[in-house]
Amino acid sequence: MRREGDMFFKVESEVRLALNKEQGIRKDMGWAIALHGGAGDIPLSLPAEMRKPREEALRHCLQIAVEALKAKVGPLDVVELVVRELENIPHFNAGKGSVLTSKGTVEMEASIMDGATMNCGAVSGLTTVLNPISLARLVMDKTPHIYLAFDGAQDFARQQGVPTLDSTHFITAHNIQRLNQAKQAHTVQIDYTQPIQNYTKKETLFANSDSQIGTVGCVAVDGLGNLASATSTGGLVNKMVGRIGDTPLIGAGTYADARCAVSATGKGEAIIRGTVARDVAALMEFKGLSLQEAATCVVHERTPKGTVGLIAVSAKGEVAMPFNTTGMFRACATEDGYSEIAIWPAAQVE
Amino acid sequence: MGGWAIAVHGGAGVDPNLPLERQEEAKQLLTRCLNLGISALRSNLPAIDVVELVVRELETDPLFNSGRGSALTEKGTVEMEASIMDGPQRRCGAVSGLTTVKNPISLARLVMDKSPHSYLAFSGAEHFARQQGVEVVDNEYFITPDNVGMLKLAKEANTILFDYRIPTSGYETCGSGVESPLQMNGLPISVYAPETVGCVVVDREGRCAAATSTGGLMNKMTGRIGDSPLIGAGTYACNVCGVSCTGEGEAIIRGTLAREVAAVMEYKGLGLQQAVDFVIKHRLDEGKAGLIAVSNTGEVAYGFNCNGLFRGCATEDGFMEVGIWE
Repeated sequence: MRREGDMFFKVESEVRLALNKEQGIRKDMGWAIALHGGAGDIPLSLPAEMRKPREEALRHCLQIAVEALKAKVGPLDVVELVVRELENIPHFNAGKGSVLTSKGTVEMEASIMDGATMNCGAVSGLTTVLNPISLARLVMDKTPHIYLAFDGAQDFARQQGVPTLDSTHFITAHNIQRLNQAKQAHTVQIDYTQPIQNYTKKETLFANSDSQIGTVGCVAVDGLGNLASATSTGGLVNKMVGRIGDTPLIGAGTYADARCAVSATGKGEAIIRGTVARDVAALMEFKGLSLQEAATCVVHERTPKGTVGLIAVSAKGEVAMPFNTTGMFRACATEDGYSEIAIWPAAQVE
Repeated sequence: MGGWAIAVHGGAGVDPNLPLERQEEAKQLLTRCLNLGISALRSNLPAIDVVELVVRELETDPLFNSGRGSALTEKGTVEMEASIMDGPQRRCGAVSGLTTVKNPISLARLVMDKSPHSYLAFSGAEHFARQQGVEVVDNEYFITPDNVGMLKLAKEANTILFDYRIPTSGYETCGSGVESPLQMNGLPISVYAPETVGCVVVDREGRCAAATSTGGLMNKMTGRIGDSPLIGAGTYACNVCGVSCTGEGEAIIRGTLAREVAAVMEYKGLGLQQAVDFVIKHRLDEGKAGLIAVSNTGEVAYGFNCNGLFRGCATEDGFMEVGIWE
């Protein structure tokens, strides 16, 4: 049974895929790409006017990514350009459209990792930089450091001459609304001078489930097995000023090495504690699991339900997009012609 | 097997020409901190409390690079960071960009216990500190004359390397005419300040905890965050072990070093020492680093691939050792 809102595009025949599997033909070493617009409690009742622009955005970004890969653009450049695109789209929680801190401001963060070299870059606390992921890339390429944050990162942005806009550019009416709802629903939670008794209650900050949108991200592999990952976010609705989540943390929200590239989304604190992105790679490396097995294990066995989703590609051109939340805005494509755009769990075809 | 165990460190990467008095001073501080931790463990304080109190002591003493005595940014200021992790439920807390908080590790603990988040930084963290009523002092308190001198030397050694307006290639290779062949993080070993302090503990109940604190890299760009506050990189604790790392921050981040020790124990079934050795050997490539670790069965281990690690360890059965070199 297909739910309204799930779209499956099969550019080439699914039959061919099935045949390949039957005959044990694995399509090694083709390119593959996956991207996400956040995992969370995305209600099945999401109205069309909220669903359609996001699906359209995913389709648009997927198209850009596929064209770039076909044109032999390197995976690191591909993930950066896709995430830039997602940051510019106000429907997702990154760049423009970032959720707001408790003070009604925007503090953006991002990270990028090149699997071939294991080089990485990360930024946090950006308020005026148009494309955080590109600043993360510059930290990686142009400084001896990996991670710059807040004023230091903003200074670096100025020195590099990257495009910046007044922080009001990033704030959308929808996010102001989300912030107000969060504040109304949870004024007690916000009084953090009181000890938090039950640790598991910490992350239930949302009355309106639509405010549960995590992040954007992209992972890619080229035909030679070079991998890259990039993730970007505005963070958590009503977060404390200065709060850093999983997105800029290498090994938590983003990871890439010679085996796989991973970008995670969901409840930052759970992703940090579970070093989610690295864990997928570690399971592949140390337990010999396949990409699908490793990704499934991390999401469904090693992280609490309702907290995480991830996208991953392997050096062999495989894709996995598991999530244990209600939904995850996602899209993927592989060189052998498969592509998919979806929000909720895939229909079971048995 | 079983019983408590504790390890402390004061940083990896030590100048082979470090004067003997400095070496003695360091060993005495490590011994004092170990003993502090040991009495706490004998009074049955849980691991998470022990790592915090030991690291507080290391922060307060100006000898190592954390709290007072922190390395200086390129602007001559101090920006401190720290993280703490409690093994049983993998709760964690971290802070970065602190300029006035006397004991960063305690603020990291408060982030873990008293905020809905895991990591707070810069002005947000400073604000939280004031709300929590922790002790704050002027930034000058943390700056020592030693480090002011080191900063000058670091700048001289690195004027080309750190000019990031010019594309760098292989910044880790030696710059212009610097004498010492030994380098860490692009700095000659004589001006490189070992980056960090840390403590790992397993208590009698088998609970592991880890804590790490630092002023960061000498002459770092303002806003630079290293491995110390990053869970999985500089600090990690879970059911099976507690780990604290030190050395070249960027290499530790890239190698998710602290997490790796636990991952190979869990996924490859390695014992603690084997896991430590494996990680040092395979997860660092060209990077230089060291780490201390304890396991939930009361073992303690350390490893490093650079020329020294200020460390001390002790176990309940009476073993105690403080050292710097191999």
